[in-house]
This record gives sequence, C-alpha cells and structure tokens, in this order.
Amino acid sequence: MTSVIFKRVAAGTAIVTLALLPLWVGNPYYINVASQILIFAVFALALNVLVGYAGLVSLGHAGLFAIAGYAGALMLQAGHSHLVANMTAIVVTIAASAVFAVLALRSTGIGFLMITLALGQIVWGIAYRWAALTNGDNGVNVTNRPSLFGVGLASADAFYYTTLVAFIATFATMAVFVRSPFGASLRGARDQARRMNALGYNVWLIRFLAFLFSGFWTGVAGLLFIYYNQFISPQVAALQTSAEALLMVISGGSATLLGPVVGAAIVVVMKNVVSAYVERWNMVLGIIFVVIISFMPEGLVPGTARLWHMASRAVRERRKSAVAGTIAEPPT
Amino acid sequence: MSLWLTLAVNSIALGGLLFLLSAGFSLIFGLMRIPNLMHGSFFMLGAYLGVTLLDRRMELNFWLAALTSAFVMAVLGGLIERFLLRRLNGRELPQVLLTLGLSFIIADLCLMIWTGDPWQPATPAHLRGAVQVAGLFFPLYRLMIVVVAVVIAVALWLMVDWTRLGAMIRAGVDDPPIARVVGIKVSRLFTLIFALGAALAAFGGVVGAPYLSVYPGLDAEMLPLALIVVILGGTGSLLGALVGSFLIGFLYNFGQAMFPDLAYVILFLPMLLVLVLRPQGLFGRVMS
Repeated sequence: MTSVIFKRVAAGTAIVTLALLPLWVGNPYYINVASQILIFAVFALALNVLVGYAGLVSLGHAGLFAIAGYAGALMLQAGHSHLVANMTAIVVTIAASAVFAVLALRSTGIGFLMITLALGQIVWGIAYRWAALTNGDNGVNVTNRPSLFGVGLASADAFYYTTLVAFIATFATMAVFVRSPFGASLRGARDQARRMNALGYNVWLIRFLAFLFSGFWTGVAGLLFIYYNQFISPQVAALQTSAEALLMVISGGSATLLGPVVGAAIVVVMKNVVSAYVERWNMVLGIIFVVIISFMPEGLVPGTARLWHMASRAVRERRKSAVAGTIAEPPT
Repeated sequence: MSLWLTLAVNSIALGGLLFLLSAGFSLIFGLMRIPNLMHGSFFMLGAYLGVTLLDRRMELNFWLAALTSAFVMAVLGGLIERFLLRRLNGRELPQVLLTLGLSFIIADLCLMIWTGDPWQPATPAHLRGAVQVAGLFFPLYRLMIVVVAVVIAVALWLMVDWTRLGAMIRAGVDDPPIARVVGIKVSRLFTLIFALGAALAAFGGVVGAPYLSVYPGLDAEMLPLALIVVILGGTGSLLGALVGSFLIGFLYNFGQAMFPDLAYVILFLPMLLVLVLRPQGLFGRVMS
C-alpha cells in the first residue's frame, strides 16, 4: 500500500516538476533540450512495447518514425492543414507498421531483427534516392508550427508544453497497457509462446496488434520531431536513429515503464553535450553500447533498482544484527 | 560494347564482390546465430587498410595488399570474437548490440583516420585494359573480380564439403549441442569462422576498392546488401550466398540503369518475396 502511495506522490512530483520546468530554467536552449528528451522518450516508450514487452527487437523503427515525419511534412508542403496532415501521417504510419509487422512477424528473435533492419533500410533508400517524392538529401522543410486553442507553438516554452502533454498521454497509455490483459498476454507470448498458443491465444495476432500500437506512438513521436526541427532529411531514417532509440530502451532498462524515459534523457543529454565539444558522437554512442552491454546488460533502471534493494537489505540486516547484538549482550 | 553487355559484366563483377562479403556473413550467421552487424565495417576497414598499403608503397602488389589487409582483419575479427563476443555466449540480443556498437566505433575511427573524402586506388597495372572474346571487349579487372570470387567459392565449397574441418563446421551449424557432445570444439570453430568471415570481407573490400572506391558510409551500404543476400539464399548456405550475390548484382546494376530513383528499393523486393513465399531462403533448410 505504501508503495502505491509512494508511486503516486512520485508521479505527482514528477509532473509538477516537469510542468514548472520552463519557470526555473529560463534559457530556451535547455527548454529545447527538455523537449527533445520528451520527444525521444515517446519514441523509446513506443519501441519498448516491442523490445521490452513483446521480446521482439526492431532495428527498423527509424523507418516508421521517418514515414510519419515525411508524410506529415509532405502533406504540409502540399498545402494541407495541420489537422489533415497529422491525421494522414498517423494513418500512413499505422499502415506501414502493418506491412512491417506482416513481413517481420514471419520470424522472431534474430530473424525479426534482420527483417526490420532491412525494412528500415528500404525507407532510408526511398527517402534518400527517390528525390522526386522526398527531395532526396535536401530534405523537406516544415515552415510553421500549428497553434492550439489560439496559442502559437513557435516559442520554446509553448512547444515544450505540447510535447509534455503528448509525453504524459503516452506514458499514461503505456501504464494502462502494461497492466491490461492485452499487456499480460503480450508478455505471455514473449515468455511462453507455445503455452499461450495452447491456451487458445492467437500469439501472432497479439504481436501484430502490439506492432501497430508501437507504430502509432512512433508516428506521434515522428510528428513531434518534425514540428520541433521544422525539417526532415534521410538521416532520420538511417540505421543510426534506430540504434539510438534501441540504446535508449536498453540503457534505461527494457520492459520497464521508466527505463526508456531515463534512457532517452541520458542519450539526448549525452548527444547534446558531446556534440558541443567534439565531433565524435558516433564513437561515444558505440562505446556506450559496448560498455552497457558488457557491464550492465539489464539496463540502468533495473540495475540501479537491484543495487538499491541490495543496499537497503544490507542496511536492514545490519540494523537487525545490531538489535540482536544488544539483546544478546549479557547483562552486567 | 553495348550497354546491356556492360551492365551484365558489371553485374557479375558486383555479384563476385557481394559473394566475398556475404559468404562469411552467412557462415557466421549459420554457425553462431549472430547477424554480425560489423560485417560492413570489416569490408570498409579492410578496404581502407588495403588502400593505404597501396598508397604508401606505390604498387605494392595489389594482391599482396589485399591479402595483408585480410590477414589483419582476420586477427582483429578473431580477437573481437574471443574477448568480447565470447563473453556473451548464447545471448543473441547483447551480441547483436555489441557488434552494432563496434560498427559505430569502427566507422568513426575510419572517418578520423581517412577523413571524409573518398579514396579510389588506381586499377593495378597488370589488370588494366580489356580482353577480346568473340569480337567483344571485356574489362580485364572486372573479369578478374569474378575469377577471384569463383576461385574462393570453390575453395570454400571444397573446405566445407570435403574436409574434416568442413564436416565439423557443418555439424556445428546443424546441431551445436550434439556437435559439442561428440567432441567438436564448437567455440574454437566460432573464432575461426569469425576470423575467416572478417578476412573474406576485407579481401572483398580491397579487391572492390578500384571499382566501388572507399568512403564513409560504405559499411552501412554493404551491410544491408549482405543481409539481403543471406535472407535470399538461406542462412549458412554457401550456394545460396553465391546465387543470391549474383542475383543482387544483376538487380543492382539493371535497376540503377532503368529506375535510378528506385534502384535501392528494387534490391529488397526479391527479399520480401522470399520472406513471404519461402522464409527459409532459396537454399536454406528450415531451422529447428
């Protein structure tokens, strides 16, 4: 019971802190970094549905992210309203997710990873080479951000609040999803696919729906991304983007709610800090990968939780033995 | 020479290069169940090493440079397998991520050392010019690539099908636990195959350098090609890798000529077809 109260207090504090962030961080640069973190947190949470809860590692999510971004940007460029552009982008992304899922779900494990990698590369190939559609390497500009309820989102603060709302919506949905029967059946399909099958669950369908669910939130992240940068180029669809998103999920801890968020914060902050001083972001990214996989394979959040439990248990035992010691002490 | 014939010759040459790249990838995947995401990096790093060797001592024999580079990469690949991948034995996801991380490090190191400009060594002197067959001229160097690829394919086939080592490899691919039980040192085979795969990729990189040139991003371009070839041909099958390579070689060149915008995407179509109709690949067996 106390842990539930503790969690609620922690969640409330986190939301209040995030909501007040622009007040105590005046500098728009840092507010923009915070927006980036939230955008990539949405992306990482979406990827975590597959990587963490379904046990299906996708290296093609940059493709879906870019499809949403390109669809939105191209619709806007064609003169459609923000609402129409966003709706179309989401529909296109879900359709693309369905195609990805049908092909990739012919396999699990390493096969799934290889197929999603190849599919992601196809999207990159289209973005890069099919210049008539995507403007090739020059990318597509998004000239203006929309306004919601009469408030323009051009300023860093206003945009931050938009991403915050989207992030909270994502996080809340994920929290519900994890506890839902659907989430439980997805985890069941991950751990015991055969037994789930024997129990009458359609494992393929569960995974397919999870892929669509993940694709939807990836699309939301992709749209936030193009409104944030007001630009999209083939680099977004590159394998490196998929790898970064995967690093966020894994470094924070997959199959946890908070892990991808923490991972997104770490990767975005690292990227901003490292890029400010050296041009070697790729090397740093690679080194983090190698170090995390070699030394903390379960991710930072579960890793820290494990250490915390160990430490608190040690403290309790010491206290217990100290108490026992005083009792055992013979009266003098 | 007509356009179509030029395209065909180029296709076969590219197919030969792709075979050098993907044969190792296929064996590594078949035996170790690791899609080695470093494979494109081996190709690129090997090519850079070869280019440097050719550049420093002008006309250091082309083949000697290729072999030296292959040897260096074999050692590097062996070390990576022995000291990094081995620790993650059997855990597929961390192995994949480790190779991905290493590929980023290698890519950035190459960018640091060889800068962002493309390097293109001259075609070796004894391979310039063309040979005349039946009134048609064929560029000697492209033919040479094909000959080398075929020789290596035959050598690999002989090794896998006719030697004791090959029998052990096949046993390891078919059923690693049983292979271990009958006394085959599967983990030593892993190191060997990994080193061999790295060497083949590096060799292909050097041989292909005068044709493809070497530039940052070559690794990310070659890796999906190896992936397609292996999905097409079936994992662990050398024949599959050979057929897949030539198929992709033709698709790439003809696609480039006919639909330049979509050439890259066309490459993936046969892969998608195979996935839908025959998931184990053209020459693959159903994996247990």
